[in-house]
Amino acid sequence: MASLPPIDLPSAATGAGAFDTPAPSEGSALFEYLLRLGDDSLILGQRLSEWCGHAPSVEVDLSLANIALDLVGQATHFLNLAGEAEGKGRDDDALAFRRDVLDFRNCWLVEQPNGDFAQTMARQLLFSTWQKLLFRSLVGSSEPTIAAVAEKAVKEVTYHQELASEWVIRLGDGTEESRRRMQEGLDWMWRFVPELFEMDDLAAFMAEKGIGVDLPAIRDEYDRQIRDVIAEATLDLPPDQRPILGGRRGHHSEHLGHLLAAMQFLPRTYPDAVW
Amino acid sequence: MLTDPGLWEVLASVPDPEIPVISVVDLGIVRSVAPDKVTITPTYTGCPASHVIERDIRDALDAAGYRHVAIETVLSPAWTTDWITPEGRAKLAAYGIAPPTKGAVHCPQCGSVQTEEISRFGSTPCKSLWRCRDCAEPFDLFKCH
Repeated sequence: MASLPPIDLPSAATGAGAFDTPAPSEGSALFEYLLRLGDDSLILGQRLSEWCGHAPSVEVDLSLANIALDLVGQATHFLNLAGEAEGKGRDDDALAFRRDVLDFRNCWLVEQPNGDFAQTMARQLLFSTWQKLLFRSLVGSSEPTIAAVAEKAVKEVTYHQELASEWVIRLGDGTEESRRRMQEGLDWMWRFVPELFEMDDLAAFMAEKGIGVDLPAIRDEYDRQIRDVIAEATLDLPPDQRPILGGRRGHHSEHLGHLLAAMQFLPRTYPDAVW
Repeated sequence: MLTDPGLWEVLASVPDPEIPVISVVDLGIVRSVAPDKVTITPTYTGCPASHVIERDIRDALDAAGYRHVAIETVLSPAWTTDWITPEGRAKLAAYGIAPPTKGAVHCPQCGSVQTEEISRFGSTPCKSLWRCRDCAEPFDLFKCH
């Protein structure tokens, strides 16, 4: 398939404000980079939590809640570090609950609705495989706090990837109905993969500093692992589609605002509420 | 200045909030004890018990007259189940939770190795759900991590 140019921001929107890539200075770049890491985990953790009480079986219910918990734990660490890098006294709660949609820096993949169980598993496979390789690289980050979170989390993310792989294989190599749904889930989520490997100025700057990861360097391994699972699941590798970019600069699908409304309602309505 | 042995005793009296038969020392999350500082490490990144553990340790230290002792949480090197003490492992088994193992999983009820995993994820992040094919009892396995 001929590759189309990526969908990126309309030029009018890149002038100023929320869609801006900040001019890389060490402090602000670190803040932005940590938001990317933390927001990916936070938003997917929130999404997976929506399954709680609705999953196909109690074991799956527990699994998804556990994965969500791991992700929210990662977000807590990354957002606290982001708050420290920013130096304005914001902690994880302030960054999670008192930012609006344009200030979120997560990728599009994690904010996508759960769809059916197969679609959720497709998203999880594509994300957890990436996150495991990302964290494995971040263990060598020159920023010791990031390295420490990654070192701890990589063991947990390995479980996430295993669970998703097993389900993709079971559903893909299952009944006619499960195979159809698994293929559709994968086909839908596939378009959000290129963004995971996007190297914009900020990502390049952080990689140069040894803090962040050179994402194209882990692409081959990612493709290999994903292809292996898809092959074992007897599914078809989806055709490459027009990549959708922009989440790292605050440009999101309409789904994120709705997710935030549910997540942020209480702390915004009752600021500093305690129990 | 030598570390006060009483500090270890206080810590050994603090139970894990989710598995109260073992202490935070048994669990291996107390990384070091200095005269003025206790260093602990979380088990899992998202473990909701982490905050409770820190608070419980604080309360125990305060009650035993160690108000001046600070608690520091460090992430690296990451906690591993290898740090669970032999006493901790024995207590887990007696409580009905199979201790982490790289080999065969023994049923904590009847000791059989004819066991199988039901779900990789259990009632807490640190446990998976298993079943004994001999005595048919379901049980938790503390995941090797």
